[in-house]
Amino acid sequence: MPLGYISRRLFHLVLILFGVSILVFLMLRMIPGDPAQLLLGEYANPEELARLRTQLGLDKSYLTQYWIYLKNTLQGDFGNSVRTGAPVVDEIGVRLVATIELSMAAMLIATLFGIAAGVVSAVKQYSILDYASMFLALVGVSMPIFWLGLMLIYLLAVKFPILPMMGRLSMGLETTPLTGLVMIDSLIAGQFGAFWDGLRHLLLPAFTLATIPMAIVARITRSSMLEVLNRDYVRTARAKGLGEAVVILRHALRNAFLPVVTVLGLNLGLLLGGAVLTETIFSWPGLGRYVVDSLMGRDYAAVQGCILIFAVLMVLINLAVDMIYVLLDPRIRVQE
Amino acid sequence: MKKWCVVLFVIVFIWPLLAFSSDNPVTGGTLIWGRGGDSVNLDLAQATDGESIKAGIQVLENLVIFGKDSMDVEPQLAESWTVSDDGMTWTFKLRKGVRFHDGTPFNAKAVYDSFARIIDKSHPFHGYGKWVYLSLSLGQVSEIKVIDDYTIALLTQKPYAPLLNNLALWLCPILSPKAMAEHKDQIGLHPVGTGPFKFVKWVKDDQIILERNADYWGEKAKVDKIILKSIPEPSARLMALQSGTVDIADDLDPDSITLVKKDAKLAVIDRPSVNVGYLALNTEKPVLKDVRVRRAISHAIDKETIIKTIFQGLAIAAKNPFAPSIWGYNDAIEPYEFNPEKAKELLEAAGFDQNEELELWAMPVSRAYMPEPVKTAELIQAYLASVGIKAKIVRLDWGTYLKKTANGEHDMCMLGWLGGNADPDNFLYGLLSADTAKTPGAANVALWKSAEFTELCLKAQRTFDKDERIKYYLKAQEIFHDEAPWVPIAHSTIVRCYNKRLHDVPLRPNGLNSFQMVWKEQ
Repeated sequence: MPLGYISRRLFHLVLILFGVSILVFLMLRMIPGDPAQLLLGEYANPEELARLRTQLGLDKSYLTQYWIYLKNTLQGDFGNSVRTGAPVVDEIGVRLVATIELSMAAMLIATLFGIAAGVVSAVKQYSILDYASMFLALVGVSMPIFWLGLMLIYLLAVKFPILPMMGRLSMGLETTPLTGLVMIDSLIAGQFGAFWDGLRHLLLPAFTLATIPMAIVARITRSSMLEVLNRDYVRTARAKGLGEAVVILRHALRNAFLPVVTVLGLNLGLLLGGAVLTETIFSWPGLGRYVVDSLMGRDYAAVQGCILIFAVLMVLINLAVDMIYVLLDPRIRVQE
Repeated sequence: MKKWCVVLFVIVFIWPLLAFSSDNPVTGGTLIWGRGGDSVNLDLAQATDGESIKAGIQVLENLVIFGKDSMDVEPQLAESWTVSDDGMTWTFKLRKGVRFHDGTPFNAKAVYDSFARIIDKSHPFHGYGKWVYLSLSLGQVSEIKVIDDYTIALLTQKPYAPLLNNLALWLCPILSPKAMAEHKDQIGLHPVGTGPFKFVKWVKDDQIILERNADYWGEKAKVDKIILKSIPEPSARLMALQSGTVDIADDLDPDSITLVKKDAKLAVIDRPSVNVGYLALNTEKPVLKDVRVRRAISHAIDKETIIKTIFQGLAIAAKNPFAPSIWGYNDAIEPYEFNPEKAKELLEAAGFDQNEELELWAMPVSRAYMPEPVKTAELIQAYLASVGIKAKIVRLDWGTYLKKTANGEHDMCMLGWLGGNADPDNFLYGLLSADTAKTPGAANVALWKSAEFTELCLKAQRTFDKDERIKYYLKAQEIFHDEAPWVPIAHSTIVRCYNKRLHDVPLRPNGLNSFQMVWKEQ
């Protein structure tokens, strides 16, 4: 693996983060609305407002505020939340793992089912299967997540109560926090009951969150496969007398994978930052809801912290996608 | 044979009914409480949001507290109190034998530390928090004196009768000094009080777990545990209640409440709240300076329709600045009836120019006292148009809205008050006196400055005889009515929806209750 390339990309990350920090800092302060005023609400009186503004450091100039923020961030201190007073790092940490667990599960579902549907559609082009899966994909892309989530809860948790409707674990159950990921912690601790319970809790939100990326992946896989299936090397593979499964999976799919990987990477980034709706419907204590609440309360430190983390994740995911390209397609070389 | 049949019948059918009769409180079980959001800070002296208060008051207690279903002040950690003749020293006798959840004793030192940290800049705990809403808590207290282990005195610079109500508010909790020293500025994440429930665990944005305090000084809580579960989506909250996943669901919308009422398994209780939603008329603006125009606007708005359509019946029309659930309410006042003709006459008499366009500011956030501010504004706009007043709806974000209205930049603005300490002073002096009409930062957003009204409020603050205070407040409400600086719109009804397996569910007019006596069928 080209280490020089990776380290160069990681150096770019530092520059990106610096730029993002300035942008977010400025944008937050350009939105109207004063954190102190929002915190005190209807009960605000002028002396208390002034006192709170001083306590929060809002009376200082932007330049001074940014300097303090930058200095603290470089030392790993993201500041304290305006609303809760707790360190932002602690607040983000627990929620980030909850979001990661949900989005990873959703990605897994989207990838497996999306690719399977795409491959089947392409291989059996113009068949009932093709029409059905592409119709479902169209429905998946266009279905409002909010509606779908509520319907799933109504059907599978209220009407026919086979799955739990909210949260990460049944109330009263807990796992020994190690990674913060319920699925993994419960396995490490050998708590198979908790693993099963956590899995059941994960199913509905993960499926809801997976619908849109699953549909996109299915469509991309189909078109990319169709292109590849007509290529000479697929014909050669068949001519060599290879089994149809080997032809499809090893020769066609691998070549059709590049655009799919790009879409998967993009979607993972989106899911990590944009699971707000799903998290809200299923009472999932994730980062998406936290960002929205923080933004509404103009909790500067919290929003700045979250956006920096999103930026890091985005850059890392992109890097990973590029690395996967190299693995998938030997023709791609990183230019040193 | 017959006899045996009877015995068998009793054993099989009657006995279980008696054994599980729902009239006898049972101990045990977990109460699961679904609500719209997570708490923010459980050190209630710093709390600014309802969700923090709901959870915090299960754990922390005050010197005095409001009644279970009323806003009358009763003893809690203080057994009794006296006020000196000059009205400036309040002496509290404290309850003995009470312990904090960490085992340390409750005494005058604990009260001193809990209060002094808020008002005394030199107190070692002062730097550990943002002490908000001083005017509603201890802002008037100038000194705190420990007389002996179980007696404490609060000194004020002038006689201030509403102090007792302030002490009953969530803003004046007593916490363990050991815990405050240990947790410093993170005490809000680890509250340690004397309440019927102990704080156990908090998973942010998910749940807060409380358990029964087995060493509680009073009657011990019935349920073993309370889990406060955040369910942000209202429809999901309703379904959680219907499916029995939660025992209580807060903040359901009116449509959901109708569904809950139809469900045989579920119960709804309601009570008039202490809040008020109003339309403030900026009396400094040339057009609205004329009391005839303000009265015309009062006549032009049909509050009953607003209550029927916007509140879906879950409110009562307001005629005074505070709700009838608070003492001192003037029920003799005849409200401005909905009468567009009369409004037109008044406008004509005032020489109102129909080409004049007034700004009507609509709140961007919904509150219990104003559930759908924009729709309400549109209704009001239509009512005003029908009597010949052109109104333009102005929408701003909440922070800016509050700042600009406190600056007097609006013509008419919608606002409300959640109830504060439920003392009439809080509404009348706080929201309508000349002292609070100073911009910037006016709480009296009508900028109405009536010397007579303000004087009555100040007199009532300095009087400790409740009957005499009531007299002042009755008169003050007459002046308010006559001058019409606001159109008081509604006092919303507060509702609690729960599963019928819960019993003895309390509901105070401000919606904030300890769930100590609630029990759950097993």
